[in-house]
Amino acid sequence: MTQEISDPIIRVRDVTVQFGKTRVLDGLDLDVKRGEILGFVGPSGAGKSVLTRTIIGLVPKLSGNIEVFGVNLDAADRAGRRAVERRWGVLFQQGALFSSLTVRQNIQFPVREYLKVSQRLLDEIMVAKLVMVGLRPDVADRFPSELSGGMIKRVALARALALDPELVFLDEPTSGLDPIGAGDFDELVRTLQRTLGLTVFMVTHDLDSLYTACDRIAVLGNGKIIAAGSMADMQASEHPWLRQYFHGKRARAVMG
Amino acid sequence: MTGSPDLQRSGEGNALSLRATGAWTARFAPSLERLVADAEKLAGKTKDVSIDVSQVSKLDTFGAWLIERLRRSFTTATVEARIDGLSANYASLVDEVRRVSMAPDGDATTVTITGMLGQIGLSVAGILGTVAALIDMLGAVIVASGRVLIHPRSFRLTSTIHHLEQVCWRAVPIVVLITFLIGCIIAQQGIFHFRRFGADIFVVDMLGVLVLREIGVLLVAIMIAGRSGSAYTAELGSMKMREEIDALRTMGFDPIEVLILPRMLALVIALPILAFLGDIAALYGGGLVAWFYGGVDPEAFLLRLRDAISIDHFTVGLLKAPVMAAVIGIVACVEGLAVQGSAESLGRHTTSSVVKGIFFVIVMDGVFAIFFAAVGM
Repeated sequence: MTQEISDPIIRVRDVTVQFGKTRVLDGLDLDVKRGEILGFVGPSGAGKSVLTRTIIGLVPKLSGNIEVFGVNLDAADRAGRRAVERRWGVLFQQGALFSSLTVRQNIQFPVREYLKVSQRLLDEIMVAKLVMVGLRPDVADRFPSELSGGMIKRVALARALALDPELVFLDEPTSGLDPIGAGDFDELVRTLQRTLGLTVFMVTHDLDSLYTACDRIAVLGNGKIIAAGSMADMQASEHPWLRQYFHGKRARAVMG
Repeated sequence: MTGSPDLQRSGEGNALSLRATGAWTARFAPSLERLVADAEKLAGKTKDVSIDVSQVSKLDTFGAWLIERLRRSFTTATVEARIDGLSANYASLVDEVRRVSMAPDGDATTVTITGMLGQIGLSVAGILGTVAALIDMLGAVIVASGRVLIHPRSFRLTSTIHHLEQVCWRAVPIVVLITFLIGCIIAQQGIFHFRRFGADIFVVDMLGVLVLREIGVLLVAIMIAGRSGSAYTAELGSMKMREEIDALRTMGFDPIEVLILPRMLALVIALPILAFLGDIAALYGGGLVAWFYGGVDPEAFLLRLRDAISIDHFTVGLLKAPVMAAVIGIVACVEGLAVQGSAESLGRHTTSSVVKGIFFVIVMDGVFAIFFAAVGM
């Protein structure tokens, strides 16, 4: 099970989430260390996205306790919540770019709302973020509907990183990217983590990402964390789903 | 650790050294920007510039970029500004922003005479385009109905009934309420003004002709354009946005047949029914007002009504209804399929569906007035 970690950036205790009669998360505990990249895996439909959305506060929980940056979001007032929200960035599975704004406006939107800086700096930061996520600055004036799936992911990451957050939630960031693009993306996440001291909470199915980018892996099953630890721990585990996942045909191909 | 940032200048003559301290992060971006802008004014005056960042406690992309911008502003053909004291941690971040080259500015729109004339031309062409799109859709619907007549099994009865419930059954309360009120108002106004000539009883003639020929069907058509036309556009538009219509097409289904024909048919059936109910509600409302406000008792009202109106008035009104329904449906479907990828586009086309729907309903009403005058109805 999850070992106690001092000063975790996310602390989830005994969280239960239920939709109608289906219990999706059942007394789940999870800690995320400051500065790590946590890969979060589990069978489809196990509730990975639900947990992410519960931590962010988009899905109400039946019971339990969640602290992010040491702040209990249920107890925090509006200002306290906003202060926390400003320190995290979220990349949604479908990108969730604002369809009526251009790429430029999408990336600048959070910056413009939170910081009083000149248009020049806004434009420069926007270009810097685009370059960081591996896009050319000339996509800036396109609308999301004019972008490819991979580009949408990258722009969405650029928007999630716009305010240089300390914590980013990535929901399947490499799905829909070609293997080279996905590799670059993993590399990018690692670079950002090194340079910005970023903590990354990544829901993923990409074994390459788990292998190359993640420091630690947590596995969700039956509404609980069934295992958490390094890649070596995962491979050594005897749990049937883990064995299948990490020793299957695709896993062998990745690990050689 | 997160002290507010500062930029100290030192050095004399040709050498300038800038020392950055504190946290160079997004939180302090506004003050950082001022510091950098102040320092940039010194550019071009010195030969040797070094930017010492060893005292920076925290750096993120905002800070890194501003330091890089500072370095660039001091770097000229002869001077190479240096960044000193960069810790290994932050070096890769600074390298990252060094790759940034400034993009051209966002498109600036200038207003010119030719541009404005061009806009007018485009709008005129747009009107023609709208009419062409409507005729195109009308043709497509007729072809699809023809196909359904030949192969009745491909007709989507369930879907049609579902839409009939949405646009007809669920619209009954609001349509009846509003036409009832309008009938009351017409009768009240008529009595109020006719009383001066002692012609109270003629309010029945006015009410009958006006409601059955014009107001009943027109009012209902306008309400349905707002209620169901907008719903059709929004439904089809969001399906278009999510590529659901493309998906239908790739599975070998014709979106006109699957989506549009049932909707059109439901409207064409619904509008005459609603117009009929609206007529009755308006006459009933008018009759009540005539009784309580004008003192025309129901028996006299009905007697007068029978004399004043003929079946023609009623037929004229109801004949218009299906045509208006078809116009509303075609406009709504054309607008729905014209939606592009953005939420804004969906909103714009929904608005334009209602506006154009109402416009064409009124135009059609005018055309009908001429036609019925010519045939003597």
